This record gives sequence, structure tokens and C-alpha cells, in this order.
Amino acid sequence: MTYDGETLAQLEKDAAAILGRYPVARSALLPLLHLVQSVDGYVSPDGIAFCARQVDLTSAEVSAVATFYTQYKRRPNGEYQVGVCTNTLCAVMGGDEIWRQLSERCGVGHDETTADGRVTLERIECNAACDYAPVMMVNWEFFDNMTPERALRVVDDILEGRDVKPTRGSAKVAPFKEMSRVLAGFEDGRADEDQGLGEPTVVGLKAAREQGWEESK
Amino acid sequence: MTDLTPVLSATWDAEQSWKLSTYTDHGGYGALTKALGMEPADLIAAVKDSGLRGRGGAGFPTGMKWGFLPPDDGLPRYLVVNADESEPGTCKDIPTMLSAPHLLVEGVAITSYAIGSNHAFIYLRGEVVHVYRRLMQAVREAYEAGHLGKDIHGSGFDLDVTVHAGAGAYICGEETALLDSLEGRRGQPRLKPPFPAVEGLYARPTVVNNVESIASVPSIVGKGVEWFTAMGTERSKGMGLFSLSGHVAKPGQYEAPLGITLRELLEMAGGMRNGRPLKFWTPGGSSTPLFTDEHLDTPLDYESVGAAGSMLGTRALQLFDDTTCVVRAVTRWTEFYKHESCGKCTPCREGTFWLAQILERIEDGHGTDADIQQLLDTCESILGRAFCALGDGATSCITSSVKLFRDEYEQHIQQGACPFDHSASALFDYDSAPAPEEAHA
Ligand SMILES: Cc1cc2nc3c(=O)[nH]c(=O)nc-3n(C[C@H](O)[C@H](O)[C@H](O)COP(=O)(O)O)c2cc1C
Ligand code: SF4
Ligand code: FES
Repeated sequence: MTYDGETLAQLEKDAAAILGRYPVARSALLPLLHLVQSVDGYVSPDGIAFCARQVDLTSAEVSAVATFYTQYKRRPNGEYQVGVCTNTLCAVMGGDEIWRQLSERCGVGHDETTADGRVTLERIECNAACDYAPVMMVNWEFFDNMTPERALRVVDDILEGRDVKPTRGSAKVAPFKEMSRVLAGFEDGRADEDQGLGEPTVVGLKAAREQGWEESK
Repeated sequence: MTDLTPVLSATWDAEQSWKLSTYTDHGGYGALTKALGMEPADLIAAVKDSGLRGRGGAGFPTGMKWGFLPPDDGLPRYLVVNADESEPGTCKDIPTMLSAPHLLVEGVAITSYAIGSNHAFIYLRGEVVHVYRRLMQAVREAYEAGHLGKDIHGSGFDLDVTVHAGAGAYICGEETALLDSLEGRRGQPRLKPPFPAVEGLYARPTVVNNVESIASVPSIVGKGVEWFTAMGTERSKGMGLFSLSGHVAKPGQYEAPLGITLRELLEMAGGMRNGRPLKFWTPGGSSTPLFTDEHLDTPLDYESVGAAGSMLGTRALQLFDDTTCVVRAVTRWTEFYKHESCGKCTPCREGTFWLAQILERIEDGHGTDADIQQLLDTCESILGRAFCALGDGATSCITSSVKLFRDEYEQHIQQGACPFDHSASALFDYDSAPAPEEAHA
């Protein structure tokens, strides 16, 4: 184990909090893997050994679990995970072309990271936002109704070190490690941040009002 | 004309709709107080009488599922909410949890009380970080206000709720794979029986329900069974979120009584974009056989959609106009199933691999006349022989599209190329010098 004392102490404190949420220790494994990604930026050999100790498994058993899930990265991830949905609906609506242009701009393919370590590009599956197609996710925040121009601007901003704002979600996208800490189940105080109403989310509600619907009815 | 009936979506445009204060201003947690004054058995009976059927795809009666739990033996039993929402096209649970997470939390509290569970889990797919923030906050707010935790509303009922983030795997939406994943394992389906109601999480009696099913419970308890059964059709009661996406003028969430038709929904949604003709659509996500414009008047309830040869599924209506190549669409879905096949059983693991290979070569213009039959034969080897419904679902779009659009497959083979201009179906103009479609991932 090569974590320094301070890092290890914090990890153990966080791991204890995670374990406390479950009646059976092994259930803590997925959040623990998100936790080690929040420290190392990927599921490192040290991270695997750490998780194994917490839930009393072998490193091989933990690896077998980690490799099943696409969100756990086996190599150091870019600071920003940029995922373009290329499942059928988004692909048809323009996701394929957005992917092509982003890949060209970044000079990397699927699951590859730019040389400066800023962006890891990924083709992702349906992210439950089809009514906002074509969809892109940056560190798992929604970038809805993308065009190649909009998507390229987001990626350029990231590559040039500027913050980026999702279209639905928080005020700015958290870097990969910070985001991973939230996925480990630690609140970051940003739940009330909001980008306003997305039209597809409320379009039916508006249509109902036009039909004369009122909430109290 | 069927009118829309916002219930779950009623407060989504309120200021800070996700906050506890907003929710209680709109009467939130009143149903929990009412429920805690009732006998658990009466609550289960009410949900049975309401006719509520699971909103996660299969449509199993919710109250009946709760009733399957064995009698209390003093040991733990669990409620697990399926918030994995990953079926392509499905996009209703995410906006529900983003805009009104307390609806789900209140539903969790009522359901847990009804089934005698003191620890509930919400298994959220990991790829939606802001939704996770909202859910964690909602649960914390509910604890602080005494809607969760010890002695809820002074009733003596205790409940802990854990919100758990997955890590990217469609199969974890299948309820037994979800339980394995929640136990810290690879998410692979379990043999049934035993069903989760008997041996679920930690081999204890467990109810697994979809987000929308559980979020519907407070309104049934609060407004009553008759109010609920007044909506919908004979055997498909109540309201549901219909998610329109694709080549429609105003895509989005339309909450309506079950039994509404696509024609009615399309009218509210401004019709197809640029008035182009509807070519094909999924009534309930990518695992449900394709429909065409012949099904515009099919009532969207379980029975009618089933009788017409498809499934209501998750009411994920993905609409494609005449610019769309059906072979391209089906190929991409098939690549999804290949990618998401968990590998546990041979028909699905091998079958989805071969299906993708064959479809890719047809779409690329290298198919042969024998390939179409080969596709159908491969589907036949999977259907009914796969270990879980993922394998069956993978065949739906293939067999239905070959039936409906065989000529389009043949065109690809005869012309040695895809006859469609893919840029025509996008929402924007492609680059002036379009590059060839990139290799499939
Ligand atoms: C491959 C596969 C994926 C599924 N994904 C989901 C899902 O994301 N959400 C969901 O609620 N149900 C999903 N289901 C259905 C669940 O197995 C289960 O039927 C459902 O959660 C039960 O809840 P309900 O009765 O309230 O619908 C999936 C099923 C299969 C076979
Ligand atoms: S059908 Fe597919 S997903 Fe289901 S158990 Fe078999 S291999 Fe796994
Ligand atoms: S297909 Fe892209 S979000 Fe659903």
C-alpha cells in the first residue's frame, strides 16, 4: 500500500462512513470503488487492495467486480469524461456526427485520453435523456440538445482550462475526482444548483394547462 | 380526445420543485401520515384494488407483488427501488427524481411501512450525478423533518433509506442482477425461483419496484383508489409518463391515462418535425417490437399494445420519420445488446455477438442474400432460450423490422450500400465535407 498516512486516514474514515450505510459489508464495494476513483482518478492497484481490505475479499475478487462496470476506469482517467450518446435515437438525431467531430478535434478515439490528460472521450449508451437528443455527458452531467458546434465549444473550453456548464444540472461540472466522491455517496452541497427548466421535462405539463388542467383538481 | 393528467409531474415547474418545502407546500407527506394511520394489510389491499401495475416494463400488479412476501418472521425484509433507468428510449424516472425526489421518498416510506421493511434502498444508475445529489439531499431533508428515521410521525415505525449509485451496466436494471450488484457483486441475473419476494437482498424477502411505481403510491393513498381507477382502461389503470423522443416537434414527458393513443399524444406534441411522415416507433423502449403509422390509434395500454404484437414496456416512444434507415437503427440497438449482454448464458452472449456482426455487414453494404435468414435463425435460437429478458429483448427490433421492412434490408444487400443519407435524419446539417461513418465501437 503506497497511500501516504494522511490520504490513508481520510480514506479509512470515508470507508467507515460508507460501510455504515449497509447491513452487509460487501454492499459497500461499489461506492468504495467510486471512492478510490475520487482519490486516484481511476481504480488503481492500491485502490483495489484498499477496497479488498475493507470488505474482506481478495484483490482478485474486487478486480472481477470492478471490471464488470464501465464507470470504473482501469487507466488514469482524464479530468473530464466526455461521453457522446451514440445509442440509436441520439445517433440518428446527430450523435454520430457529433462523435466524429469531437474525436477528430481531440485526436483520440473511444475510451482514450488526450495527451494533456484533460479529456477522456467515450461513446456512451442511452443516458435516459432521449427527449433532449442528441445528448452528451461531461462527468455525468447533462449537455442536452447538442450540435457539433456546441459540443466542440464545450470540449475547447475544457482543453483550454475553462469551467463548463451543463444545460441541466449544477452550476459547473465538477472534475472527475470530485464527481467520483459524490458517486461514493458524499454530498457536496450543490444539489440546489440548477440551470432552469428544460423544455421537454415540462412540455406535457404546459400542454395540460392549455387543456384547462389545474393542480388542485 | 384524452386529456393529460399530470400527477407525478404536477409540480415539476414549481420554484425549486425538488425541495422539501416545495413538496410539503403542495401537500407532500400528507399521504404518509394517512398511511401510518392505516393497517399495513389495508394499504396493500388498496394498492391491489387500484390496479397499479409495475411501471418498470413488465407491468406486474404492484399490490399483488407486495402480497407475495411471506409472513413476518421478525427478521429483516427490504424494499429496493429500481432507479437504474437504462432501457434505450426510457427517460421518465430521471426527470422525476431530478424535479420531485420527495415523491419517491414518500412512496418509499409508505411502501416500506406496508410491507414491513425497516431498511429501503434506492439503486440509482451511476451516470447521473446531479440526480444523485438531489436524491441524497431529499433523503437527508426527510430525515431532518421526521419523515424517515426513528418513530416516523410518532407512529413507532422506523425506516432507514440508503441511496446507492451503480457504476454503468444496463443489466443491473434486471431486478435480480440489481440485487447481486447491490450486494457488491458483478451484476448478473439470478435463477428464478426463488423470486425476490421470498429470497431477495441478502436472501431475505424483498420487494423490487420501479421509481414510477413507487412514486405513484402517495397519490393512490392520498387521493384514493377510485380516483386512480377512474383513469385508464379496463385492466390498465391510472396514469403514466409517456416519453416522446426523436423526430417529433415537441419531445418530452406527457403524463396521461393509460390507453391514450400516439395520435393524441402527437397532436399535443406538435406532430412530427417538419410534418414528415412517421416511419417506425417503439412503444416501450428498444426491447419492444417496432410499430409503424398503422398503430397510431392503438390504445397505449398493456392489453392493446400486446394484442397488436408489441409491449407497452416503459412507454418510451421513440419516433423515427421517413429519413431514418431502419437497418442502421436496428444495428445500433443490437450493438447495445451485445455490449450489455452480461455473458452468463450462451444464447445471448454468442447470439448478440453474431447478430451485430451480420447487421453491421448488411448496413455497410457487404451483406449477402442468406444474411436475412441467418438473422432470423439466430433470433430464434435466442428467443425463449436466454437466461433473462435481455436476450429476448435483443431480438424484438430485429424480427419486427425484418417483418415490416424486409425490402429495406434487401436494398442494402442489392445496392451494396445504405440507401439513406444519414445527415437527413439529424437535427442539424452535417459538415460540408461529410466523412464516412466511423467504425463501430
Ligand atoms: C435487461 C433488463 C433491464 C431492466 N431495466 C430496468 C430498469 O432500468 N428499471 C426498472 O424499473 N426495471 C427494469 N427492468 C425490469 C425489472 O427487472 C423489474 O421487472 C422491475 O424493476 C420491477 O418493478 P415494477 O414491477 O415496479 O415495474 C429491467 C429488466 C430487464 C430484463
Ligand atoms: S440473457 Fe444475456 S444478459 Fe441475461 S443472463 Fe443471459 S447473457 Fe446475461
Ligand atoms: S438514446 Fe441518447 S439519451 Fe437515450
